[in-house]
This record gives sequence, C-alpha cells and structure tokens, in this order.
Amino acid sequence: MRLTQGQFSFLPDLTDEQIREQAQYAIDKGWAVSVEYTDDPHPRNTYWEMWGHPMFDNPDAAAVVFEVNECRKEHGSKYIRVIAFDSSHGWESIRMSFIVNRPSDEPGFRVVRQEGEGRIIRYTVESYAVREPEGRRYA
Amino acid sequence: MSDDIPPRPAEVDLAAAYEESGVRGILQELEDTMIGLGPVKQRIRETAALLLVDQARRQLGLATETPTLHMSFTGNPGTGKTTVALKMASLLHRLGYVRKGHLVTVTRDDLVGQYIGHTAPKTKEILKKAMGGVLFIDEAYYLYRPENERDYGQEAIEILLQVMENNRDDLVVILAGYGDRMDRFFESNPGFRSRIAHHIEFPDYSDEELLRIAEAMLHGQNYRFDPEARKAMADYIRARRTQPHFANARSIRNALDRARLRQANRLFSEAQGPLGADALSTICEQDLRASRVFRGGLDTGRVVQSTAAE
Repeated sequence: MRLTQGQFSFLPDLTDEQIREQAQYAIDKGWAVSVEYTDDPHPRNTYWEMWGHPMFDNPDAAAVVFEVNECRKEHGSKYIRVIAFDSSHGWESIRMSFIVNRPSDEPGFRVVRQEGEGRIIRYTVESYAVREPEGRRYA
Repeated sequence: MSDDIPPRPAEVDLAAAYEESGVRGILQELEDTMIGLGPVKQRIRETAALLLVDQARRQLGLATETPTLHMSFTGNPGTGKTTVALKMASLLHRLGYVRKGHLVTVTRDDLVGQYIGHTAPKTKEILKKAMGGVLFIDEAYYLYRPENERDYGQEAIEILLQVMENNRDDLVVILAGYGDRMDRFFESNPGFRSRIAHHIEFPDYSDEELLRIAEAMLHGQNYRFDPEARKAMADYIRARRTQPHFANARSIRNALDRARLRQANRLFSEAQGPLGADALSTICEQDLRASRVFRGGLDTGRVVQSTAAE
C-alpha cells in the first residue's frame, strides 16, 4: 500500500530535478529546508529523524538534492522526506513536506479494534512494518 | 519529463545572444571599474566568448557536456583576485552556467576541521553553501601541508575534487594564491591541475596604475588630492614598492586610510572657524608626506606587520 502523506504523494515519485525545483521554491520563499527519514510510517509520527541540520543559508537547492542523495545512500530502504519550515511570525511551522524516497515494499496498515467499557469499540491503525523492531522493518 | 521538445533552431545569432545575456554590461563594468589588468581582462573576454559559443553549440545540439569552468587565479596580494572573482560569478550567472551567481569566499580554516571526523562535514557544509554559485578558495595551497602527513587538509582536498568532478553543473571552484606556491601546490596535487581548465595570471600594477587606483578610491569616498598631494602620492608609491609587505592596491588603500586620518587630525588642530566642503574633502601634501614610508619604511620606529593576507 503506497503511503500517501504530505504533498505530491498521489503523484508518481518526484525526480531529482523536480525535487530541486520544489526545494528552490521553498528557499526562494525564505523557508529553511531540511531532510528527514524514518522507518515508522504512521501518519501521527510527526517527528522524523533529522538528516543533518536544516539548511538555513544555502541559496541554491542543489544542496538539498545532494543531501537527499547522501541520505539515500545511508537510509535508502526507509522513508525520506523534505520539509520546509517557515519561521516568520504567525506561521512558525512547516509549510511544505513531501516524501522523496520510500521502501521498495510497503506492507500498509491494519485496523486494531479495542473493546472498551460497555459496548464501545476503539479503532486505531498500525503499520505492519512496525511489528519488527526498529532498523529491521524494511529489507 | 516533457515529451514535446522544441525543435532545434537551424542557426544561432551570436550577436543577439551576446546582447541578450547582458554579458556586455559585465565586461564593460570590468573595463570601467578595474584599472590595468590587461591580460586578465583579455582572458575573461576570451572565456566569455567561449561560453557564448558553447551555449550556441548546445542550442544546435552540437555540445552536450558542461565545459569545465573551474579556474585558478594566481598573482601577488592586492592585485584584484577577489574582485575579479566576484565579477566572474556574475558573468557565469548571466551566461547561465551557475544558477545563483553568489560568491562564497573561504580559506583553509573554513574547510579543514580541528579533529578527526570534523573536516568532511565542514567541507561539505561550505560546498553546499556555494552550490549554484562560485566557491573562491583563497590561498588554496595551505590546504596541502606536505610536512604533516596526517594533516586533515588532504581530506578536504579529496572531497573538493570529488564534488568538482561530480557536481560540475552545480558549482564553480576558483583557487587563488601566489603564483609560485600555487605551482608547487598543483605539482603535488595533479588531480587539481587536470580539473582546472583556466589558469589566469594577475600581473602587478605599475606605478601609474596604482596612482589612478588611488584617485579612483578617493573619488569613491568623495575625497580628492590637491596637485602637490598627487605628486606626493606618486613618490609614495615608488618608495612603498621597494619596502617589505607591499600588497599592491591594498597597500594603497591602507595608505589612503591613514592619510584621511592625518587630514582629519590636521583640520581639527588647525581649523579656525567654519570649514567648507572643499577643505573637508581635500587631501594635502603634508597628509601624505608625514608617512613613515618616506622615512625609510617600516624598519624605523615600531615594526608593524602589514597584513599580506587575502
């Protein structure tokens, strides 16, 4: 099951050139672009591992593509995303986020039902991937 | 990605491309603002022509690879290497060979770390910052210290070479330094020599050119020489050249800074009543003649190391 979160996730995977253009858009807006990776694809998993520092003072997006490729060498079998943080007053949050790398095999999610008091059922989703310990989730 | 590639033009108008790219403006600016440096200007014009032709060839589908644009600037201190590098960056930007056209100036300290494992991230950080622009490495030979085989400079050199080769589209590296030491640096690092296509030699300025530079500098700050002071400046340049730590235009700039200081002092102690704009902006002979250079140079009195860095 293809993971769809962030921008462009219903589109075919972005090429490096497209990643560069998107990142350049963010840089031109004055946002700090950074690269993050994770092997826990749950939608509520907000804080991914940082790959290096946010790139505050790189005027050109070639540096972002460079870092994405460096990260792919190390974590090529995990999810990698590029995010852009807007520090301006009133926003102070992520303005862009898109996945640039995904595992070759994405097992998807299952629904977990928990019986509560009375006849209440609580639903939650769990990725099949996280049943393996960290670091062994994707081949 | 797009399937509809526009048909290739059958011919290219070089003159129109020249006008369109705005290269003329940069070359003209170079001609106007830089005094002397004949051979350097000539080389830059040639490089610009080469790049324009290459661009045209690419439009016709004749050339595919990005030409190697890495350069080395050699010359004595104060001969305008950094200034020309700045112009080069905007020239390459106008021609579309770098995307942003900014200049990142670094020395050994910015690239080489202090302990094991510190160098690679530091060098990569700088390289990332320079992507889309020009990386100017001043006194590049300090990167290589043959007397210490465990020097981290070697690591920085390896990363540099790798990026210079693999990310040729992303950044242009300019190495700068004194001629003889750069030659030795290239001898011991043949990888650099082969990756650098353009070697540009910066000649020293003549006395006449330095005087014109002095006047241009003063003009930029709304000062001027009176006729005697101009003569004194010519004498100063002749005397200064023979003394140690002579750094061409930079020595002139420092001399003018000190002359302005003395002028301010003179006005302050001598002025009776109000001063006009004329008095405030004229450098007189005595402001220059008071210089230590006329009394045998730095050896008399306190020895001050004039900085020959950059």
